[in-house]
Amino acid sequence: MASNTHDAGHGAADAAHGAADAAAHGSSGMPQLDFSTYGNQIWWLLVTLVVIYLILSRVALPRIAAILNERQGTITNDLAAAEDLKAKAVEAENAYNKALADARAEAQRIAAETRAEIQAEVDEAIAKADAEIAAKTAESETAIAEIRATALDNVKLVASDTASALVEALGGKDDTKLIAAAVAERTEG
Amino acid sequence: MGKLFFYVALALVLVSGLVFAPEHAGLAIHPMDQFTVKALFGGDHVAWYTPTNVTLWMFLAIGAIFVLLVMGSANRGIVPSRAQSIAELAYGFIYKMVEDVAGKDAVKFFPYIMTLFMFIVTANFLGLIPMSFTTTSHFAVTGVLAVVVFVAITITGFVLHGVKFLGLFWVSSAPLALRPILALIEVISYFVRPVSLCIRLAGNIMAGHAVLKVFAGFAGALGAASFLPIFAISAFYALEVLVAFIQAYVFTILTCVYLKDALHPSH
Repeated sequence: MASNTHDAGHGAADAAHGAADAAAHGSSGMPQLDFSTYGNQIWWLLVTLVVIYLILSRVALPRIAAILNERQGTITNDLAAAEDLKAKAVEAENAYNKALADARAEAQRIAAETRAEIQAEVDEAIAKADAEIAAKTAESETAIAEIRATALDNVKLVASDTASALVEALGGKDDTKLIAAAVAERTEG
Repeated sequence: MGKLFFYVALALVLVSGLVFAPEHAGLAIHPMDQFTVKALFGGDHVAWYTPTNVTLWMFLAIGAIFVLLVMGSANRGIVPSRAQSIAELAYGFIYKMVEDVAGKDAVKFFPYIMTLFMFIVTANFLGLIPMSFTTTSHFAVTGVLAVVVFVAITITGFVLHGVKFLGLFWVSSAPLALRPILALIEVISYFVRPVSLCIRLAGNIMAGHAVLKVFAGFAGALGAASFLPIFAISAFYALEVLVAFIQAYVFTILTCVYLKDALHPSH
């Protein structure tokens, strides 16, 4: 590179400069071992390192750490939200199932209640009807007994009338008391 | 498409070789000239405060780091842009390295280690731009980095553990007779650490760039046959891209290993 810049065309001054350059650096061979530039390199290196350190520690590293944290946080939050929603879905399903079971139980309860009510009404109606029937039966029996009693009396009357008529026709003496006793004796028997 | 590009490149190389060959007929290879420290605004004298090409390329490194890490993350997107992805990748890479290699309690040193890594990796890659100056190819630069790491870690060790930090050199699991010898070896290896850090980084970068320059010199001298060294340069450049990252990685991970020694000196 240095030789390119010091081309022959540039004249004597440049040639002299090139010679001086070669004398300064060429003698050691390695610019790395030219200790006269060490102070310069070390100074600028220290400046550079301090500047890079300040840029990194004040701005770059905190910012990148914040970005990475934020991303981690976002991912964690999203996962948590997804978990939350899933839990909510499960909860909703459970609530739905519970509501369904409740409704079913309620329906059964109402059905049973209605059935019991109807049963009770039917029982009451049957009891009432039974009572009415019993009352009517008793009434009828009374009426029958009355009729029977009347019929017996009539039979006695007819029998004693018939007996007295027979006795008279046969020429006997109409003994009312005797006939009555005889009729009573026969009808009782 | 690739084939077309290949032929175009070949034609360019041949033409340029034919046109420019006579001027560079001699084999003029100056592989080390690229490392010369020069004052930016003229003058031969380089004082400690003189703005030089070192200054320029270090400041460009600062600029690149600023663009990548600060402007790249300016949007703070939950879904990152490309630049932000790279910034996050670099952050995560070094953070995880510090955490895994040096332990959880080393995280408070993370900004310093990130500074080291970002400087080295950026300087290495900027040095791969043709005609650029590679600051990390100088022992003065890598030496300061290594010494800063060494001193900081030694001070950390003594501050945290006091005299017990010397237990790092006393291998209590070894037989008693061997311990003094092992202690000597451990002490030597401890003090060789900064030297090896310094020379490994600068040596790798310098050697790679010098080799590229040597091939370039061949390309200038060979005329029409210069496509051979140019292909060699392309291949070697790919290797240098790898080396640029790997050396930054090695420097950083070794720093983490040494930091772990300072935080947990027991063997």
